Amino acid sequence: MATGVLAHDTHGPGGVPHVAPLPPAVGGNETMGSVVDTIGDIATCVKPHPRQWYVAFAFGFTLLGVFGIAVTYLLTIGVGIWGINIPTAWGFAIINFVWWIGIGHAGTLISAILLLLHQRWRTSINRFAEAMTIFAVMCAGMFPLLHMGRPWLFYWLFPAPMNFAMWPQFRSPLAWDVFAVSTYFTVSVVFWYVGLIPDFAVLRESAPTKVQKWVYGLLSLGWRGSAYHWRRYEKVYLILAGISTPLVFSVHSVVSFDFAVAIVPLWHATIFPPFFVIGAIFSGFAMVLVLAIPLRKWYGLENYITDWHIDCCAKFMLATGMMVSYGYFSEFWMGWYSHSEFEWGTNWQRMFGPYGWSYWCLIFCNFIAPQVLWVKKWRMNPLILFLISIIALIGMWFERYVIVITLTREYSPSMWGGYSPTVWDWATFMGTFGLFFTFFMLFVRYVPMISMTEIRELLPKRAGGRDGHAMAEGPP
Amino acid sequence: MSPEPNGPKLFGLLAEYDNPDALVAAIKRCREAGYTKLDGYTPYGIAEVGDALGFVKSEMATVMLCGGLIGAASAFCMQWWANGIDYKLNIAGRASLNTFEWLYGWPSYIPITFEGGILTCALSGLFGLLAICGLPRLHHPLFNVPAFANVVRDRFVLTVEATDPKFDLPATRDFLLSLQPLSVAEVPE
Repeated sequence: MATGVLAHDTHGPGGVPHVAPLPPAVGGNETMGSVVDTIGDIATCVKPHPRQWYVAFAFGFTLLGVFGIAVTYLLTIGVGIWGINIPTAWGFAIINFVWWIGIGHAGTLISAILLLLHQRWRTSINRFAEAMTIFAVMCAGMFPLLHMGRPWLFYWLFPAPMNFAMWPQFRSPLAWDVFAVSTYFTVSVVFWYVGLIPDFAVLRESAPTKVQKWVYGLLSLGWRGSAYHWRRYEKVYLILAGISTPLVFSVHSVVSFDFAVAIVPLWHATIFPPFFVIGAIFSGFAMVLVLAIPLRKWYGLENYITDWHIDCCAKFMLATGMMVSYGYFSEFWMGWYSHSEFEWGTNWQRMFGPYGWSYWCLIFCNFIAPQVLWVKKWRMNPLILFLISIIALIGMWFERYVIVITLTREYSPSMWGGYSPTVWDWATFMGTFGLFFTFFMLFVRYVPMISMTEIRELLPKRAGGRDGHAMAEGPP
Repeated sequence: MSPEPNGPKLFGLLAEYDNPDALVAAIKRCREAGYTKLDGYTPYGIAEVGDALGFVKSEMATVMLCGGLIGAASAFCMQWWANGIDYKLNIAGRASLNTFEWLYGWPSYIPITFEGGILTCALSGLFGLLAICGLPRLHHPLFNVPAFANVVRDRFVLTVEATDPKFDLPATRDFLLSLQPLSVAEVPE
């Protein structure tokens, strides 16, 4: 049998089945000092950045320029430059909003839920996955803001006392969305920053230049690693993980309520919240892999992001991909089983209507393509996994496209219409990639992209785990 | 007890170790010897060090629970007051206009109540942590000692503060040296 992660069905003494020890979460012969040198020196630029960094940054920065042009033109002319109209009044804005925010969810899942579940393989990918979350939520936030047409009046969304003496309608999912997304962003930043404080303290000491020492010193808030501070810190970190877990589920549930509360056929379904959350995690893991596979190669981080990590992420993708596919099947099934003419009719339009190609696209990307990951040899091949991840990202974008495009085929043919995005829709969407990659590349350059603190915690066998829990036995 | 009347005031003494087990053992010995103003500095959180110092449970859970509950209650009351009392909104069949109108609409207030609770819980965790730890601070006497810079890298440091009633420079230094550290250093104030 292949040396799978949990794949040994041998029996221990006394006939008690035992599982083989997990592969090490940190490979090679890393020591506490070498962890700091490897990861810290990337952030402090002691180690020169690879050429690919400049290419990636230039790519992101160029697209950021496209975003600037698209937004400037939008603010000059108005949202009429987009393809939105009745019946598809939101179009790309909501598709991209849901897509980006979904991508963010894997970051929280990795950093919070896998921490609570004592999954050691989360440690080397949680930092950049959290950064990915923050930047993805920023990109997501752009779309509702820009879609308002007058983004400078965004504060009307909040219950600010103003002279027209009106309040938001708090019973509307759109108002929930404002609170859910802004809370999610704030809590993600807090969680990320709290995790970074001890790492900034490391950089404060190891940075070569005065300016770096000064900046990292300020960012580390004078952290000195006192046992009293650590005890409080670890409690805060654990509780932040604990509250982020329901938070991440609530955010995408609320996003799905934007649809599910409406009475559009196929939207008005109880499966929407879990369906959305799982889809979010699926696309998020795809993005984690799209970022991790090149990063570990460019920076030689194979000892930290080991094959085991990549394997775990691929399995997560396969599992969530199957759950999302179950959602597609369930929508179809409910359309048939409900005997609702409209549910069934809309299903039929979805599959064979004018936008039917997009439905089959999503079935291919999210259901058929990930089946490749069943084969260990293929999912351990970085190139194949990278391509499957890209396909999954495209597929999840099409999922939201298919959902939004449902509006063109509602109850009565008199409500039917069409939707086609304009070049400005595409420019805005592509522009948010610029926003994402620019921020992400700057993060890779100036912030330790792997948590040095948590990696070192894995090194000594007898290290006390978070808040008194002993770490799992086995190699560090 | 300062080393000399006119010399720099002393924050305390520092003993350096290269592994956590030695630090934990040293802290236990110090506590047995009657020292109370002790602290252990480590590159990552080690539960046993906190336990050895007798700081078994932190106050952060209480802080965050209170913060979260206050936030959730405020978010609920804000919605109830804004939509139910100050500017009654009775649209889309979402609330009834009888005496308990606000009560009838309560389930739709829950998402924002939940988010409000999470938000204040997280913020009270961050700011509570900083406030209780006395951070941020730009300087600390320990940063005067070059060896202390390694504590964030791969060193484990024990400090005995000069305010400890049992602190006596020569005796305490000898005692710390008997605990086999890599080095012992004076920490000027």
